[in-house]
Amino acid sequence: MSTSVVSTGTEGKTWGGGNEPLQASYGKMMMWFFIVSDALTFSGFLAAYGFSRFKFIETWPIADEVFTHVPFLHGQEHPMIYVAFMTFVLIMSSVTMVLAVDAGHHLNKAKVTLYMFLTIIGGLIFVGSQAWEWATFIKGDYGAVQTKGGNIIQFVNAEGHRVALRDFVVAAPTEREQLERKDGFWFQKEGSLPTYTLNDVISGFDAHPDMLIRTQTLNEHGHKTVLSRGESLQMLKNNGKHVVEGANLHENEYGSPLFADFFFFITGFHGFHVLTGVIINIIIFFNVILGTYEKRGSYEMVEKVGLYWHFVDLVWVFVFTFFYLV
Amino acid sequence: MAHAHKLGILRGLITFKSVTHKIWGVLILLTIVTTVEVVLGIYKPEPLKAHFLGMKLLNWIFIILTIVKAYYITWDFMHMRDEVKALRRMVVWTTVFLIIYLIFILLQEGGYVFDVFKNGYIKTDF
Repeated sequence: MSTSVVSTGTEGKTWGGGNEPLQASYGKMMMWFFIVSDALTFSGFLAAYGFSRFKFIETWPIADEVFTHVPFLHGQEHPMIYVAFMTFVLIMSSVTMVLAVDAGHHLNKAKVTLYMFLTIIGGLIFVGSQAWEWATFIKGDYGAVQTKGGNIIQFVNAEGHRVALRDFVVAAPTEREQLERKDGFWFQKEGSLPTYTLNDVISGFDAHPDMLIRTQTLNEHGHKTVLSRGESLQMLKNNGKHVVEGANLHENEYGSPLFADFFFFITGFHGFHVLTGVIINIIIFFNVILGTYEKRGSYEMVEKVGLYWHFVDLVWVFVFTFFYLV
Repeated sequence: MAHAHKLGILRGLITFKSVTHKIWGVLILLTIVTTVEVVLGIYKPEPLKAHFLGMKLLNWIFIILTIVKAYYITWDFMHMRDEVKALRRMVVWTTVFLIIYLIFILLQEGGYVFDVFKNGYIKTDF
């Protein structure tokens, strides 16, 4: 009568509550939930990339020929080297992160601080490298011509090496100016014009009798098909439509427009994850310095952001394979 | 899980003295695998260009090495090795099943669309 406590008779038994069948805390479980769903988002992107690649399997750009640049080494071709460096930086920052988690288990504040700091630096180097990679990709290198059918044709010399437009084309004086908002109606404008017109390219090509055209089609050895001189002239004069320099979402000098679209979306989405990871790491870093987790007696928050950070590394391993290697 | 860490990798072939040692060991393993990938990617040995199950042998090697890397990142960096079996299976089996399903369907469809473009009456190069 005096008491309202209900006794279920299950206290301390399996269904009495308070069990952790998975022996993981709520926060960590939720981080795993998030990781699984995010992994599916990334697989969606990568599988869509695979779809488009299988659809255009005979004409897809060769990644080795696109990503050949390394900062400070101008005009040299080093396929893969810079991406391999980026991969290594991210794996290294994963290692410092897991060392921070381990130091957290030993409640060693000084070590957690140091390793968190190193992780943040690694993340920043990676994001910076990716920004540089984007800038190089957007700016382009050799330039190309788009045909009426939307295909890309590129220029090679007699040995089959790529030749940049600037090395054989002379820009003739032109009266064509970029349309800007101030010139017409406020809603009318166009993107920046290419350095050369199609006619400049044709006369430059005529002036260099050893030059040939390379189409997107892959031959049985996995190389791009190079046309004969006669076919090249015919292709350029009959089918050429306009000059393409660099890359955007509509067209790019490397080949199929989808290639650049997927590059921007997949590496962009991953870069965004790295950026948020760095920001979350910074927040946790300051919490560590302020002694929040010291007072709490547990560094589990470091472990949770650690899971996220390793996941970002995990995704990069796949992006690296499917975008740069395969 | 903070209580017990499993310190062996490669099915107990190598056992480390402490968690820190294991982390550096895994780093060395991942670095070796990445180096192999990069070297193969740069030199592309001719014999590995043979086709096997619809793809170049080289691409299969890349994919397998990637999965090896993914395994060690998940198992040792994300401490999956120390979680209980149920959690491990919930995360890994679900994702792996769904991803394989998605990839199979999309690649199959991509190959089909390629055939339509190639053998049908659609002109893409003009």
